[in-house]
Amino acid sequence: MKFIDLIQFTAQAIFSHRLRSTLTAIGIGVGVLAVVLLTAIGEGVNRFVVEQFTQFGTTTIAVQPGKSSTLGINPAVLNSVRPLSLADAVALERAPYVLYSVPAVSGAGSIEANNRERNVNVFAVGPGFDRAFKFNVNIGSFLPPDNLERARPVAVLGAMAAAEIFGSGNPLGQRIRIGNERYRVVGVMEPKGEMLGIDLDDTVYIPAARGLEMFNRTGLHEIDILYAEDAPVDEVVAGIRRILLARHGGEDFTILTQQQMLDVLGSIIDVLTLGVGALGGISLLVGGVGIFTIMTIAVRERTEEIGLLRAIGTTKNVVARIFIGEAVLLSALGGAGGLLLALIVIGAVSVLAPSIPVNVSIMYVLLAELIAVLTGLIAGVLPAYKAASLAPLDALRTD
Amino acid sequence: MIKLRGICRDYEVGDETVHALDHIELDIAAGEYISIMGPSGSGKSTLLNILGLLDKPTAGIYELDGSDVSDLPDDHLAQVRRQKIGFIFQSFHLVSRLTAHENVELPMLLMGTNKKERRQRAEEVLDSVGLRSRLDHRPDQLSGGERQRVAIARAIVMRPSFLLADEPTGNLDSKSGGEIISIVEDLNSQGIGLVVVTHDPDLGDRARRHLRMVDGRIHSDNPRKSA
Repeated sequence: MKFIDLIQFTAQAIFSHRLRSTLTAIGIGVGVLAVVLLTAIGEGVNRFVVEQFTQFGTTTIAVQPGKSSTLGINPAVLNSVRPLSLADAVALERAPYVLYSVPAVSGAGSIEANNRERNVNVFAVGPGFDRAFKFNVNIGSFLPPDNLERARPVAVLGAMAAAEIFGSGNPLGQRIRIGNERYRVVGVMEPKGEMLGIDLDDTVYIPAARGLEMFNRTGLHEIDILYAEDAPVDEVVAGIRRILLARHGGEDFTILTQQQMLDVLGSIIDVLTLGVGALGGISLLVGGVGIFTIMTIAVRERTEEIGLLRAIGTTKNVVARIFIGEAVLLSALGGAGGLLLALIVIGAVSVLAPSIPVNVSIMYVLLAELIAVLTGLIAGVLPAYKAASLAPLDALRTD
Repeated sequence: MIKLRGICRDYEVGDETVHALDHIELDIAAGEYISIMGPSGSGKSTLLNILGLLDKPTAGIYELDGSDVSDLPDDHLAQVRRQKIGFIFQSFHLVSRLTAHENVELPMLLMGTNKKERRQRAEEVLDSVGLRSRLDHRPDQLSGGERQRVAIARAIVMRPSFLLADEPTGNLDSKSGGEIISIVEDLNSQGIGLVVVTHDPDLGDRARRHLRMVDGRIHSDNPRKSA
């Protein structure tokens, strides 16, 4: 029997029971719809997070105090964890390939000026911060390249903070009070938006040394390193480690590359995506049971036809192929329907609610259809085998 | 050419063994017209099923056109059925979702014959049984006689050596039955062997050779009495 004839023959059988074929196919379709939608959301979240993390460039490394990635007790840790100091940040500027080494401390604080007060995020950073993370200054300039340890009390306002306090007036040169200290405004940043829920515009930037004082800390939260794009990451990390080991006498710090951060997040999101995909898979399984049921019924109903086919010289093999073909065609059609619906829903979501991150991965789409077809195949095998192994004479006698 | 030697067919019914066929010896030449008659349970349908390779003998040798087919594997049997044997059943056994010509095309479809040739040959044979105007009708749109004619068309479309008919007129009124008989006799006159199993003495008497079966044996084997 030719393949094209087989398809046509099975299609005829499917379309002769329009309602029940449709219902059975819907079972598979819903499964595919669930798999595609859920994985699209997972994939969307994944991409959203990656975008959030890479919007400031991909060649960044964070150095944090304390050794967090080893298990067991490091003897050095028992002695003390030396905090990351401003001097460490200065020293790291000399590490190979490093373009910027930016000390950072952050916290919440209130700005007072112009008879107004506003609670904002306070980022106490080094003067290279704007260039390292490609934050653009709207008016004025960013923090001046003072000696890190003895930086002058100047501040740069985020776009929203500036607008809320000074309105349309010019904040440059104005005096503001942050905590108990007075600062002079030297610049205002361009609007930047949010990152993982933190408003980057409702902020004020002050020199790192002032921040340490303000938050009464002995060490930095982290030192952010930006390195040259074509630099080998391993060597950059090795250079940073060498310098800090020499300064601290032990490995009491953690070096996290952008890639490591993304990998950790990525693996978490992958597990989530797989999890929700598996949930969708359960509905596919249910759809498969539906196909199995319908095919079992079809074989029973068409016993006479099977007998006739065998009498006019159809081999067992071809009989089996006819019924497996029906199961596969049913599931493939259902799967395609589910896919189409999923794409429509995703299209509608991205138009009507652009803030919901959905992203169709072609791999998951193909995988879902493949799994749908496989489900049909598996569900069809047993009924088809049953059909093929009917004795022709017995089959013909069932009227 | 059919040659049966010592054909037995036993069934196990509970603890008992029923000898449905008991050492049948039978030769059928190409193009013969035979009727098989006998009381219910005499083994005439079993004999027809053995002849049609739908059932396997428990013992004995069956030679069809010179080759032994008594112990062929299943797929071979299917192939021999496809090429040499046409069945006509009492209850037609048409596929209800297919049109007349699609039903007739079935054997060729399974063979892998291409679409154009299938359609053309199906039309020819349907024309030859007088159903030119019914090509695209489904079985439920046809009368009993017309359905049986579609079944005959399907049986002869592969140009078999033998037509095996089990009570071909059993579900038909006498007028349609008569038409069916004249069609198959016409086919027989063109050289196709015809074996008819029936209870109907009028139909049985029309054959040129009469087999009478009793208790799984051939009780009598006579040529038609009056010429």
